[in-house]
Amino acid sequence: MAQSAVFDAQAVTAAVNEGIGKIEKASSSEELKAIKTQYAGAESAMTQASKAIGSLPADQKKEAGKLMGKLRADFGRAFGAKQQQIKAEEEQRALAAETVDMTLPIRRKPLGARHPLPRLMEDVEDFFISMGWQISAGPEVETEWYDFDALNFGPDHPARQMQDTFYVKGNQAKDAAGFVGSNMVLRTQTSSDQVRALLTRGVPLYIASPGRVFRTDELDATHTPVFHQCEALAVDKHLTMADLKGVLDKLAVAMFGPEAKTRLRPSYFPFTEPSAELDLWFPDKKGGAGWLEWGGCGMVNPNVLKSAGLDPEVYTGFAFGVGMERTLLLRHDINDMHDLVEGDVRFSEQFVMGE
Amino acid sequence: MPMVDIDWLKEHVEVPQGLTYEQLAKDLVKVGLEEEQIHASQVTGPIVVGYVVDATPEPQKNGKTINWCHVDVGDKYNAVDENGNKVPRGIVCGAPNMAAGEKVVVTLPGAVLPGDFRIEPRKTYGHMSDGMCASERELGLGDNHDGIILLRNYGFTPDEYEALKPGDDAMHLLHLDQPILEINITPDRGYTLSYRGVAREYHHSTGAKFTDPVAELNRKAPDLTGVAAGTPSDIEVSIEDDNPIHGVPGCDRYYARAVHNFDPSSHTPNWMRRRLIRAGMRSISLAVDVTNYVMLDLGQPMHAYDLDKIEGPIVVRRAKAGEKLTTLDGKDHDLSPEDLLITDSPNGKHGSRILGIAGVMGGLYGEVTAETKNVLLESAHFDQVTIARSARRHKIPSEASKRFERGVDFALQPAAAQMAAELMTKYGNGEPSEHPTDVNNTHHRRPIHFKADEVRRVAGLDIQVNNISDILTDIGCTVAGGGNGEFSVTPPTWRPDLNEPCDLVEEVARLVGYDQIPTTVPPAPVSGAVGLTPDQRHRREVANELAEYGMVETLSYPFVGDADYKAFSYDADAVKPVSVEIANPLAGDRPFLRREVLPTLAHTVQRNLRRGIENVSLYEIGHVYLWDPNAPAIPALPGGVKPTEAQLKALDAGLPDQPLHVAGILAGKAEESGWLGVHRDVDWSDAVEAVQRISDRLGAHLTLSQPAAADVPTQWHPGRAAEVLAGDTVVGMVGELHPHVNEALEFPAHTAAFELNLTALFATLDGKPVQAKPISTFPPVKQDLAFTVPDTVSAAQLEAAIRKAAGDQLESIQLFDVFTGDQLGEGKKSLAFSVVFRSADKTFDSQDSVTVRKAVTDAAAELGAQLRA
Repeated sequence: MAQSAVFDAQAVTAAVNEGIGKIEKASSSEELKAIKTQYAGAESAMTQASKAIGSLPADQKKEAGKLMGKLRADFGRAFGAKQQQIKAEEEQRALAAETVDMTLPIRRKPLGARHPLPRLMEDVEDFFISMGWQISAGPEVETEWYDFDALNFGPDHPARQMQDTFYVKGNQAKDAAGFVGSNMVLRTQTSSDQVRALLTRGVPLYIASPGRVFRTDELDATHTPVFHQCEALAVDKHLTMADLKGVLDKLAVAMFGPEAKTRLRPSYFPFTEPSAELDLWFPDKKGGAGWLEWGGCGMVNPNVLKSAGLDPEVYTGFAFGVGMERTLLLRHDINDMHDLVEGDVRFSEQFVMGE
Repeated sequence: MPMVDIDWLKEHVEVPQGLTYEQLAKDLVKVGLEEEQIHASQVTGPIVVGYVVDATPEPQKNGKTINWCHVDVGDKYNAVDENGNKVPRGIVCGAPNMAAGEKVVVTLPGAVLPGDFRIEPRKTYGHMSDGMCASERELGLGDNHDGIILLRNYGFTPDEYEALKPGDDAMHLLHLDQPILEINITPDRGYTLSYRGVAREYHHSTGAKFTDPVAELNRKAPDLTGVAAGTPSDIEVSIEDDNPIHGVPGCDRYYARAVHNFDPSSHTPNWMRRRLIRAGMRSISLAVDVTNYVMLDLGQPMHAYDLDKIEGPIVVRRAKAGEKLTTLDGKDHDLSPEDLLITDSPNGKHGSRILGIAGVMGGLYGEVTAETKNVLLESAHFDQVTIARSARRHKIPSEASKRFERGVDFALQPAAAQMAAELMTKYGNGEPSEHPTDVNNTHHRRPIHFKADEVRRVAGLDIQVNNISDILTDIGCTVAGGGNGEFSVTPPTWRPDLNEPCDLVEEVARLVGYDQIPTTVPPAPVSGAVGLTPDQRHRREVANELAEYGMVETLSYPFVGDADYKAFSYDADAVKPVSVEIANPLAGDRPFLRREVLPTLAHTVQRNLRRGIENVSLYEIGHVYLWDPNAPAIPALPGGVKPTEAQLKALDAGLPDQPLHVAGILAGKAEESGWLGVHRDVDWSDAVEAVQRISDRLGAHLTLSQPAAADVPTQWHPGRAAEVLAGDTVVGMVGELHPHVNEALEFPAHTAAFELNLTALFATLDGKPVQAKPISTFPPVKQDLAFTVPDTVSAAQLEAAIRKAAGDQLESIQLFDVFTGDQLGEGKKSLAFSVVFRSADKTFDSQDSVTVRKAVTDAAAELGAQLRA
């Protein structure tokens, strides 16, 4: 073949067509590559024929060149098309081979979670921050003066005996009623921060003080000896009970959604006058929307302002306190206080990081 | 708390026909009397009047005698004999007072009594007993179970008794079918511990017509005005208070009135007994029942003495040191010089015999008994504080002390005695004396200067001056003035809680209705920084970081005790003196407050493990309490006055330090990926990583310093624990718990933990913004450097030395291999670091590489570290 550099148009056309036929039957890129070598490589009939054109008579060269151009283009087109097709097929096979079950469970690290109670307290803090208030905090082991006397619970006040107080042993002194004591308690209410805040921050004062409080109640489905409240206190000129109602309604909406609202019922607390129980209209209450007890509130008693050295003729204020556990129980339909206080991870994990 | 019976309430206020207890509760809560509970009837019928036709005693082998009775319970309920005739039911009755001819209360088959006691026909003592004759206790009417109810003793008039017919509904007769409302009384509203007070409040809520019973009683009480001093009276009374509390006399009024020739065999009328029982009191005897009834009705606690047993004068005085008294309930009390006593004067010995602790509880001597013919009624007014302290001191919260410590109307005494005398006359044939004794040292109340504008200034309510005046008058105040919008308001004698203008504002606001107050939102023009403080933000960052790290936040009670000290290998003798101790702990074995969070957090971990949860990584942020045994005693200071600066300091100086801590415990698997195949147990490194993440999150640059094994605290693994430092300040510990601790708490081996003092840590943060370094765009040079190091040199030390030597050109350094082995030799280890160098201003060339590498190896050599080939 090699020495017979004779241009044979018929033979080369037949050879190329045979090659194109093989291309069309090829099923892998390796096969395709081999076909290309065989029919378009250096030793192929097509290459040899092209070389043989040179030895043709001048008048035949043009025609032969034209034929070879066509054959080469036909072969190239067939090859290109097949190559694209095979590449696509191979890619598809490769991807199919890599297919996984995307629904397999993936958890390399354990999922952590915030406890809903401190998270709720952060939400409450953010509510007050959004109104331009400040967040305060007082000590949990507190003097009786800040927890009671400064708040108009005199030493013989019946309410002082009704608070189920944890008393702290300590360096002994006589308390204001002459009984021996340390004048120190585990604070029974976050209201203990009221006079501290007034004394340290001055007026005008707009603070919320969330924190832990203590009463000698045994743990049961609705009570816990260690629980959390958020106190709010505003003292300024010109504050009235209308301002108290406005802030309460806003807080209720922030905590319980746009339909929530509050209602005040006459009540008594030594440190407020007028005083009120705070009821919440809870749209998602089990068994239908209704009123639920949420906290206590009122206008700051003049004696409390006097404890902080303020003139009650000039300043007025309002205060309220809501139970954080109660808020959480309502909001999340938690039926048993045990779940909130026991620290079972299965409880907290329901909340993960948020709502 | 008090019960409100509509039937009784009607005595003083016009309640609408058919008023339900639900509606009553709604009406009362509007003015501040909160519903505690509506107690439903616990009894269902049929329960009827029965007439005992015959009662045949039948002695039994067990020594008891039962009666086989036939009881007529009316046509509807009677039995039917074989001829179809209605005949009395056969009932077995063991009560000793059963007798033919009595009218009794019969519970018939189908009835259910308190305690789910179902009445059914049953065979007993050889008979078929077809119902039961009931005692008071069986019906829930009281404690009496000595015999069955005999209706003739139940206080009916002869006509009423005659009219009782077999088969009449006894449920209604005894009010067994009625619910009752229990309300809560706030401590300022002592007067609502009476029907007189509740009726007035019902009037305030609904406008229903209220008639104060006291007016009429005062009219009928003997008029003592103009009676000459020295005129003989029922008994001489002397008030001699040598130890008033806060300068307030313990007794400012003592009114005593005799009722003579009282019939001790008389019975309490049915209606009164029923009302007392429904109020939760026992029916004892007519004289005692009457004093209780008057107390519940008017709010005046009373005491009834046997006049023939006491000898005047009655002396009201404080106790002397060493005096003792056994109270009616049989308890012995050592009396305090603050206790106010009622005494009499036997054999002329003035005030020598103690009759009782005033206003709290009587003693065993002098009380009315079943033989008393001449009764002396005590109707006195005692100081709130004196009574409150005695009740607290002797732990006797009696019905009387409850009222006195909240304040009793100081003008009520003659009316109350009048009412009691009338009842004892009517039902006990007594003859009330017309010469009562009244030692009255009470003072008129101080008028309150009240500006009507206070209602607007404080409550935000725009109310006309006339309306304000009307409201105050309606609650019983005497209101004068008003022309210039200012009043002089004298509060009523039954409202000791009304003293200041703000008290009157509340009265006006609650009667107008809190719902009438408009709603506004105040701007908050605070001075100083707004938003969360840095510490508040940092606390959240720590909490969030640990949750994101995969730990679960929990909260525990801060109470600890011996068991916790033992489990945590604390030296209890050393810890207790520096721990806050609760005087009245809930659990006697945990009277202390924690000094670290870990011991109480450990409980939570333990609870989870015991509930079958195997991988438990928990953290807690909370306070700890550090008692200083040398702290000064905290002074008692009065409220309502700003303390001096020195006093304020003294208050805080006595309080323990209460820093905020965070602690974490990691137990079980640190990584558990299931089918992915990663299963790794927790060890010290997981706790260290937690601390490092906190450090990074806060920008705190915390470092660890590992003490020698001997210096590691006992609860930590001696070779796997380190101090956490912020600069030079130790702010916590991290590592693995000691195996003894794990064993005691049933924790898995290698349980890891950390505890940081956040208060101390946050104080080390400067809060300044991060100063950013420029980012170099020149290419990095990466090198691996492996050193042979003496065991005594820590990875942190070597890394610090490398960092220092490499200076600004070091971009990053990571320890990628640690190993020990024979080829290194005894006491050696290998530490291999992957370091990246990059220059800020040029390409890091090979000469630079050589230079920095030399600096690093020289610095390492100073620690005894050899660069390995």
